[in-house]
Amino acid sequence: MTVSRDNSKMVYQGIKDAGVDFITALAETWLVYLMQMADDDPHMEMVEVAKEEEAIGIASGAHFAGRKNVLLMQNHGFMGSINGIVSLSKLYSVPLCMLIAYRGHMGEPYFWHTQGGMVTEPLLQALSIPYDIARDPEKVGTQIKQTLTYSQSLLGPVALLLSRDLMED
Amino acid sequence: MLRSKCIEAIYPEIQDKLVVTIMGSAAQELYDLGHRDNFFYLQHAMGLASSIGLGLALSLPDEQVVVFDGDGSVLMNLGSLATLARYRPKNMTHIIFDNGSLLSTGGFESHTTSGITDLAKIADGAGVPNVAMTRTPMEFVEAVADAFERDKFSVIVAKVEAVGPDHFGMDLKLPENAFNFERYIREKKKAKEQ
Repeated sequence: MTVSRDNSKMVYQGIKDAGVDFITALAETWLVYLMQMADDDPHMEMVEVAKEEEAIGIASGAHFAGRKNVLLMQNHGFMGSINGIVSLSKLYSVPLCMLIAYRGHMGEPYFWHTQGGMVTEPLLQALSIPYDIARDPEKVGTQIKQTLTYSQSLLGPVALLLSRDLMED
Repeated sequence: MLRSKCIEAIYPEIQDKLVVTIMGSAAQELYDLGHRDNFFYLQHAMGLASSIGLGLALSLPDEQVVVFDGDGSVLMNLGSLATLARYRPKNMTHIIFDNGSLLSTGGFESHTTSGITDLAKIADGAGVPNVAMTRTPMEFVEAVADAFERDKFSVIVAKVEAVGPDHFGMDLKLPENAFNFERYIREKKKAKEQ
């Protein structure tokens, strides 16, 4: 199984079409092409963090500065960011648009992703974070736009889970 | 050296800058000097004040960003010093008030007590271009003035006593602080464009 370059292009185009010009990210296999495209795009600013929770702060700063921005991270990084999400995004009503590589769900060949995969959706539900799952490359652009729009009207975190169907060939 | 005196000494210089503080004493001491809409108090989410500063500084190159951090908060997110050093926003000054104590939560000693862990050395090792360790008010004020004049990302560690204000409380709801902070930036941008 390989990461889908074509579908990554569709995801990146969706990010661009949503008017995003700032990405905070931490590298992850499914996100490799996306991050390369962001790196090569002179109109995109990308900050790579050491740990995903930093991205919650950086994204909030970018929001205060009026920039449409998204986070790119793996679901395990989301799990490591929960205090920031609760005690900054939710506590202060700051929009946060998270695009999350949904590792460890059905079809997962690697045992190390399985536990995280099982608890990702229950955690989002427990935190009252609205989320959608992206499976279809034709629809992901619209879903990204909807996730960003909702985070801005809700004034809080919203997540789009990037699934295996979308990210792998 | 008292943190409250340090903040008071530089207050005239930071009035028009975007200031992000951590929770507890540093926030209260700044608020008590006179709140402004360009001050954002991160009353929770320890460790993320400097990350907010980074997002602001990279997005607003014409603004000066000042972060008031603490040893407890920085120790919770040491990796952020490496991220800051990598992007080194030249319009940002990161002030770490190191009282060697988790003062707000019982006064337990932090890892920096007795100089066991040196945050200035960590910042230097992370690759921060301008680092200063200050132990007296004079050193602190000079280091801050120098950082504000330099076109370089700066980390200033201020060794302060583990003393905080005798009261806590702000007439400011947390989302209100966020909304006003964002509006301040938006309106300033708009005024500049006209």
